[in-house]
Amino acid sequence: MGGVLVIGYGNPGRQDDGLGPALAAALEELGLEGVTVDSDYQLTVEDAALVARHDAVVFADAHVSCTAPFEVRRLHPGATDSFSTHHVSPEAVLALARELFGGEPRAFALGIRGYEFDGFGEVLSEAAQANLERALEFLVPRLHNPVTLEEEG
Amino acid sequence: MAELKRISIEPVTRVEGHGKVTILLDERNKVHEARLHIVEFRGFERFIQGRPFWEAPVAVQRLCGICPVSHHLAAAKAMDWIVSGNRLTPTAEKMRRLMHYGQTFQSHALHFFHLVSPDLLFGFDADPAIRNVIGVARKYPDLAVQGVMMRKYGQEIIKATAGKKIHGTGAIPGGVNKNLSVQERDAFLKDLEQQLAWARGALKIAKDYTSEHLATLADFGSFDSNHLSIVREDGCMDLYDGKLRAIDKDGNTLFDMVDNARYHEVIAEEVRPWSYMKFPFIRAIGPANGWYRVGPLARINTCTFIDTPEAEAARREFMALTGGKPNNITMAYHWARMIELLHSGEKIRDLLHDPDLQGTDLVVRGPRQGEGVGIIEAPRGTLFHHYRVNENDQITMCNLIVSTTSNNEPMNRAVKKVAMDHISGKPEITEGLLNHVEVAIRAYDPCLSCATHAMGRMPLVVTLRDAEGRVLAERSRG
Repeated sequence: MGGVLVIGYGNPGRQDDGLGPALAAALEELGLEGVTVDSDYQLTVEDAALVARHDAVVFADAHVSCTAPFEVRRLHPGATDSFSTHHVSPEAVLALARELFGGEPRAFALGIRGYEFDGFGEVLSEAAQANLERALEFLVPRLHNPVTLEEEG
Repeated sequence: MAELKRISIEPVTRVEGHGKVTILLDERNKVHEARLHIVEFRGFERFIQGRPFWEAPVAVQRLCGICPVSHHLAAAKAMDWIVSGNRLTPTAEKMRRLMHYGQTFQSHALHFFHLVSPDLLFGFDADPAIRNVIGVARKYPDLAVQGVMMRKYGQEIIKATAGKKIHGTGAIPGGVNKNLSVQERDAFLKDLEQQLAWARGALKIAKDYTSEHLATLADFGSFDSNHLSIVREDGCMDLYDGKLRAIDKDGNTLFDMVDNARYHEVIAEEVRPWSYMKFPFIRAIGPANGWYRVGPLARINTCTFIDTPEAEAARREFMALTGGKPNNITMAYHWARMIELLHSGEKIRDLLHDPDLQGTDLVVRGPRQGEGVGIIEAPRGTLFHHYRVNENDQITMCNLIVSTTSNNEPMNRAVKKVAMDHISGKPEITEGLLNHVEVAIRAYDPCLSCATHAMGRMPLVVTLRDAEGRVLAERSRG
């Protein structure tokens, strides 16, 4: 299949935890060529099959503590013993993609700083919304050449 | 007073959501107390008040990213009473059932292959560096692929019946908003026999493991208990709809054929000062002894029979282990869960061959009512949704009893028993010993998902404290 996959995950009903799906929704609207967008509550094991079929993957999630507005870091396959399986770490998804489906895409974590997580509500906080916009400004022009994410991140 | 040490495991690994185990040791390293604390977010019942009732089946999915389909269907069932007196068209009921069996199929497969199999395949004490899903993928790649593909199959069924993965809208008050197209049906039929074959294989692994290790598993975190589920009016297992039945440890009936709307006449809830989570109990027995188990083990124990042939044969074999009496072995949850996995696959097959799924009569309207209760057997156990609605269509009251709440007391007992049997008096508390506690909790497949999962959360911290609260030792994972 090839191309770039962006997975935005989180619970959009839990305030800033919805940053990942909000980023996915914004990208979906743009309809960028060569970019596949997916969205879910959490990463799960079956994401490995989709991940393995792409050249590059961006895992986008809310971040509880990074420096605003967002952070980008390169990811490598790996097992962590802190993951549960209904919520799998990006590294574990990459490891499953490699072990089970023979794919090892270049991968990045995009953590967007959020602030409000403990209530119910479908609206992002004002500060989180601003961080989301900054993240999109950064991400969109680089998706056609994901290696630049590494250079800039 | 003798000095006490406190060990905290926070959060429990490979359990959904957020939980913390505290084990209090005395000066001789004997377990003084052991408890599972679950951080359950109770604010939802207040959050939903004032919202239009028709929003509930979608809004409740915000509650939980792990089992949104169960909440979606339980809320829709409650709202059926509000709009239609609980009548559905055949197409609507069968579409919902397909969604539910798809959810159960993927949830049970995922739990077994990717949460539990590391413990069973490598041993409770194995090096945590290999005792995880990646370790399974390396050593048993076929099993790991099966787990992924079964999960994917169930998720695709959810997508086809609920409309989408996040915040599905398939079930609405009084019916559904779509049917299953012939193309969708044929795509699922194409892969079905392979899925059933894998389900049979998983059942065999669980059965053989339990049988071969019975000497050690029989007592592992085990205790006698009451059991509760809904069953069909003829006593058959029915994960989507039925009436309440509870039995005691010997199989004697505590109550039977209780209408959903009367659940509060037989179930009460207690609050304890050290936990955010409520403790439900059978009202007639009281809080001390009225607690009960829910989920696969309870459902196999309470039902009279299963109406799909392969799962019924497996149930008979399961019940033979305890001479037809209820099985109270905590680790037998896995075997029971795999019987339900196969049952769900058989049900999916039956439904896919039913032309009602292509029907176009989707919604029923009837006399308006002000109150509705929906109860469903979620993968983890009985799930109660209860709402009252005013004349302006606004929800004025919401009460939920989630399956992990019902299993709260049993899980606490399992934690304490394993801590007493395996940790008490040991000079050093190793990671393998702590994993024994987690193995007992994982048997229940608890959903502690009311926490969010943003990056930067979820480290595992083990803290050893003395009675004054001083940190004696600390270890973190992940």
